[in-house]
Amino acid sequence: MRWMWIDTITAFEPKTRMVAIKNVSMAEEHLHAHFAADADGPARPLMPNSLILEGMAQTAGILVGSVHDFREKVVLAKVQNATITGDVGPGQTIRYDARIERMDAMGASTVGIVSRFDHRDGEWREIGTIELMFSHLDQNMQGMQFPEENFVFGENFRTILAAAGFGAFGG
Amino acid sequence: MSSATVKSRDEIIADVREVLEEALGVDSEDVTLDATLNGDLGAESIDYLDIVFRLEKTFSTPEKPFKIAQGEMLPENLMTDPSLVEGGKVTAKGIALLKDRMPHLALGNWESDPQVAKLGELFTVKSLVDFVERKLKG
Repeated sequence: MRWMWIDTITAFEPKTRMVAIKNVSMAEEHLHAHFAADADGPARPLMPNSLILEGMAQTAGILVGSVHDFREKVVLAKVQNATITGDVGPGQTIRYDARIERMDAMGASTVGIVSRFDHRDGEWREIGTIELMFSHLDQNMQGMQFPEENFVFGENFRTILAAAGFGAFGG
Repeated sequence: MSSATVKSRDEIIADVREVLEEALGVDSEDVTLDATLNGDLGAESIDYLDIVFRLEKTFSTPEKPFKIAQGEMLPENLMTDPSLVEGGKVTAKGIALLKDRMPHLALGNWESDPQVAKLGELFTVKSLVDFVERKLKG
């Protein structure tokens, strides 16, 4: 599946909270470039923070979209704050715990905690906080028109929701 | 609400400035009362939603929630109504509506050439402070 940076949804409290996880795997191409071996030392495969941000945006975006049964086109409009203090490598799991802080007809703001699970010691550790703003595209201030079809919540999202046991949504 | 919990204008100014510093990532010395949100502080449309959310969070108390309704602070969606805008300019009816709905905006010279595109220049830090102060009193 293309450009999906969460593997499954593990918890969902309607209109309030969504938790998703991603297992980081050595099979992911980008880990081999981030960072490849060079004159300074051996390879250091790490999940890029930009993609951790994307994972949180997808988790929080699905949560925001679910409030109106995915009728709104929910787009990431602003990263208010993102702090990642720990690295994630292959064999580790990332957890995105997103909550809606504020929502109205035009959009929503969310606060999310990023945690990392290490299978060797079996412990979760909090490694970051990400605050995002989402806009409902059809409610934009300029009154711009967009296609009727909801191109934001397409097949990829429906597959994730169905696999996680939330098939009633977005069908 | 007792008078002890009412914020003074100086406190409101300090809080509004902090909201704008955080929402727009600008330096505190740039957030003067006369600074325009669009022109001087570089606010884009999504920033206004961010500012609305942050103002609500900042000025809400357990006893009295501070809730800004859509179209209360900004003339969003208003300017797409053809009876209010004609050829890129706000009509007399539109101006009357702005005055009625948004008394915190100082229209001033803008009224002589009421271009929609220049409406953003009316949103100054002071207009936000006035909006909050009026709303807290109300």
